[in-house]
Amino acid sequence: MTTVTTASRIPIDGPIETPWKLPYRGNIGMACLILAESAIFIIFVVAYIYYIGKSLSGPTPAQVLELPIFGTICLLSSSFFVHHAVTSLRKENFRACTLHLAATVLLGTIFLITTAREWYHLIHDEGLTIKTNLFGSTYYSLVGLHATHVVVGLIMLSLTLAFSLAGKIKEEHSEKLEVLSLYWHFVDAVWVVVFLVVYVIGR
Amino acid sequence: MTTTPVLEAIDETLETQGKPPVNVIYEWLTTVDHKKIGLMYIVYALIFLVVAGFEAILMRIQLAIPNNHFVSPQVFNQLFTMHGTTMVFFMGMPILFGMGNYLVPLMIGARDMAFPRLNAFSFWISAFAGILLYFSYFGASGLYAAGSAPDVGWFAYAPLTSKVFSPGHSTDYWTLAVFLSGVGSIGTALNIVTTIICMRCKGMKMSRMPLLPWLYLVMSGLVFVAVSPLTAAQVMLTLDRYLGAHFFDTQAGGSAILWMHFFWIFGHPEVYVLVLPAFAFANEVIPVFSRKAMFGYPAMVAASVAIGFISLSVWAHHMFTVGMGPAGNTFFVFATMVISVPTGIKIFNWLATIWGGKIIFAVPMMFMVGFLFQFLIAGLTGIMLSAAPFDWQLSASYFVVAHFHYVLVGAIVFSLFGAFYYWYPKVTGKMMSDTLGKWHFWLFLIGFHLTFDFMHVPGLLGMPRRIYTYEAGRGWDTLNFIVGVGAIFQAAGTLVLVYNMIHSYYKGKEAGHDPWDAWTLEWSVPSPPPSYNFAIEPTVNSRRPLWDLKHPEDPDSDYE
Ligand code: HEM
Ligand SMILES: [Cu+2]
Repeated sequence: MTTVTTASRIPIDGPIETPWKLPYRGNIGMACLILAESAIFIIFVVAYIYYIGKSLSGPTPAQVLELPIFGTICLLSSSFFVHHAVTSLRKENFRACTLHLAATVLLGTIFLITTAREWYHLIHDEGLTIKTNLFGSTYYSLVGLHATHVVVGLIMLSLTLAFSLAGKIKEEHSEKLEVLSLYWHFVDAVWVVVFLVVYVIGR
Repeated sequence: MTTTPVLEAIDETLETQGKPPVNVIYEWLTTVDHKKIGLMYIVYALIFLVVAGFEAILMRIQLAIPNNHFVSPQVFNQLFTMHGTTMVFFMGMPILFGMGNYLVPLMIGARDMAFPRLNAFSFWISAFAGILLYFSYFGASGLYAAGSAPDVGWFAYAPLTSKVFSPGHSTDYWTLAVFLSGVGSIGTALNIVTTIICMRCKGMKMSRMPLLPWLYLVMSGLVFVAVSPLTAAQVMLTLDRYLGAHFFDTQAGGSAILWMHFFWIFGHPEVYVLVLPAFAFANEVIPVFSRKAMFGYPAMVAASVAIGFISLSVWAHHMFTVGMGPAGNTFFVFATMVISVPTGIKIFNWLATIWGGKIIFAVPMMFMVGFLFQFLIAGLTGIMLSAAPFDWQLSASYFVVAHFHYVLVGAIVFSLFGAFYYWYPKVTGKMMSDTLGKWHFWLFLIGFHLTFDFMHVPGLLGMPRRIYTYEAGRGWDTLNFIVGVGAIFQAAGTLVLVYNMIHSYYKGKEAGHDPWDAWTLEWSVPSPPPSYNFAIEPTVNSRRPLWDLKHPEDPDSDYE
C-alpha cells in the first residue's frame, strides 16, 4: 500500500506518560492578536500622553470634552452579556444565547452612537478636526482606532446573532464564540484605558 | 489496515503526484500547504536579495573612486533607501518566515500550520507590499515618471517625510509597503506561535521540542511587540501626510524625536527578529555535523528568551547623539551591554558542542563556522558602539555601517546559506553540488571580509555614511576601492549559489530521506515531504527521536 512510503518511521503508538491535550488554537491565536493589538494601542496612548498640553493653539480638551459616562456604562456592561451568551450556549440554552447576543449588539451600538454624537458636536460646534492642533490629531486617532475595533466587533457579533436567530448555532460552536468574546472583552478593556487617558488625565 | 479520511487523502495526493498536475500555476496561486507557501516566500525573498544586492553594487561602484558621477545624489539617496528597506522587509523577514513555515510543522510533527488560509493571506500581502514598493519607481511622482522611488532612508526620520520635504508620493509608497509587510508579518507570527503551542505531536513537551521551533516562538513573540509599534507609527505618518495631522510636524508642536523612538522601538528588536532564526539554524546544523547532542539545551532556551526580553529595552542606543541627557544615556548603555551575557552563553554552548566532537566539514558546517566567527566580531564592535562617548564619535559614520553589516551579512546571511545547503536535500530530494558549494563559500567569505573589514577604517577616519561622493586625498580612496571589489566577490558567490540550486535540482544526486544522518522529525519523512507530511502522526519520547530509532540500545530518553 502506498501509505507505507509516506509513513514516518517513528513508532506510532509509543508509550507516553500523560494524556496528550493541547490548548485550543482559536484561543491562542486570539491571545497573539490581542498582544499585537495592545502594542499598537500602547503606541497611540503614548503619543497621546506625550502631547498632552503641547498644542500650540486651541481648543483644549478641558474646553470641549465631556465625560462619556453613559456610553461607557453601556460598553462595559456589554462584556457581561457576551460572557453569558457563551455560557448559555455551553448549556445548550439557545434562546438565552440569542438574547444575550442581541443585548451585546444593542449596547455596543449605543456606545458607537454616543461616540458619533460626540464627534459631530466636536467637529460641528467646536470646530475641532484632526488638522486643528495636536490635541485633535491624537484625540481622533486614538478614539477612532478604538471605535474601529468596536465596529469590527459589532460586525462579527451581528453575524453571529443572525446565525443564532436562524438556529444555526449549536453547542459545538461555543469554543468559537468564546474566541469572539475574548476579542470583545479586549475592546472593552482598551476603552477603560482610553477613558482614563483621554477624559480623566487628559483634561 | 484501517483507513482514515486523512490517509485516504494522502493516498489520493500520492496517486496524483506521478501525473502532471492539471494546472501548476493555479495550484501554486491557491495553495494553503505550508511547504509550498514557505517555498514561495523563499523564492520571492531571493528575487529581492538579488535586486537589493544589485542596488548595493551600484552604490559601491559610485563610491569606488572619489568625485565619481556614476549616479546623481538623488539616485544615491533612493538607492540606499531602497536597499535598506528591501533587505530588511522584503529579503530578511520573508526568507526567515519562509524557512519557518517550511520547517516548523515538520519538526514538531504536525501536518500543517494552525491557520493555513491565514498563512496564504500573510504571504500574498507581503508579496504585494514588496511589489508596491518597487512600483514606486514607476508611479510615485506623476504617471510613470520613472526614478521617483522613496529617498528618505529606511528609518524615514521626521521631518524628512513631511509634505514639504518629500512632495509627491514616494514616501507614501514606502509607508504603505512597510505597513502591509507589517500586517503580513504579524499574521505569520501569530500562525507560528499557535502552531507551536497547539499542534505538537504526541509526547513533544516544550522541554523536548527542537531548538528551532523554540527560537521561532521567541522571534514571533518579538514580532508582536516590535512590528506592531512600527505599524502604528506608519498609520500616524499617513494621517500626517494625508489628513494634515501633526504627530511629527515640528511646526505645530509635534516631535521628530518621538518618531525616532517609535522607529527604534521597532528597529532594534527587529535585529533580533532577524538574528534569532539565524541562531535557530546554527542550533540544528552544528550538533549534527559535530555528531554530538546540543550542549546546554535548557541554557540555550533560557538565553533566547532573555535576549527577547532585553532587546526590548535597548532601542535608544540608536539615539545617543540626539541628546537624551545623562540618565537616559546611562540606562541604555548598560541595558545594551547586558545583552552580551545571554549572547555569550550561546556562543559558549556552540563552542562546547563543537569541542571534542567528530566534526564533519561539509558545506553547511563551513557556513556555520563562518557565522560563529563573524557574529563574535560583530558583537565586539557592538560593545564598542554601546559606549555612548564612542558612539558620539562614530555614529553616522561608515564604522556603524560596517558593524551592522557584520551582523546582517556575517551572521544572518551566513547562517541562512548554511541552512540552505542543509535542508535543500529535504526540500528537493536532491543533493547540492559540494564543489560549487565550496566555491560559493570561499568567494563569499573573501568578499565579505574585503568589504566589511575594510569598511571600518574609513569610518574611523571620519567618512560619513549616506554621502554620494567624496574628495580625493583624504585617505579613503584605496579603502573604498577594496570595499567595492569585495562587494563584487559577494555578488559572484551569490550567483554561484543560485546556479547551484537550479543545477542540482535537475542534475543533483538523489538525497534519500536522511542524507546527513540527522536526528529531528523532518528527516523521518520522504524528501520532498508529501502533502500532510506525516501519514501517521508520530509520537516522540526524547529530544532526538531519530537517534532513539537508530540507536535503540542507547536512547536519549534515558538521559532526560
Ligand atoms: C551583501 C553585500 C552588501 C553590501 C555591499 C551592502 C552595502 C551597503 C551600502 C553601501 C549601504 C549604504 C550605506 C550608507 O551610505 O549609509 C548600505 C546600507 C544598508 N544596508 Fe547594506 N549591503 C549589503 C547587504 C545587506 C544586507 C544583507 C542587509 C540586511 C539584511 C543590509 C541592510 C542595510 C541597511 C539596513 C542599510 C541602511 C540603509 C540606510 O542607511 O538607509 N545590507 N548597505
Ligand atoms: Cu540596536
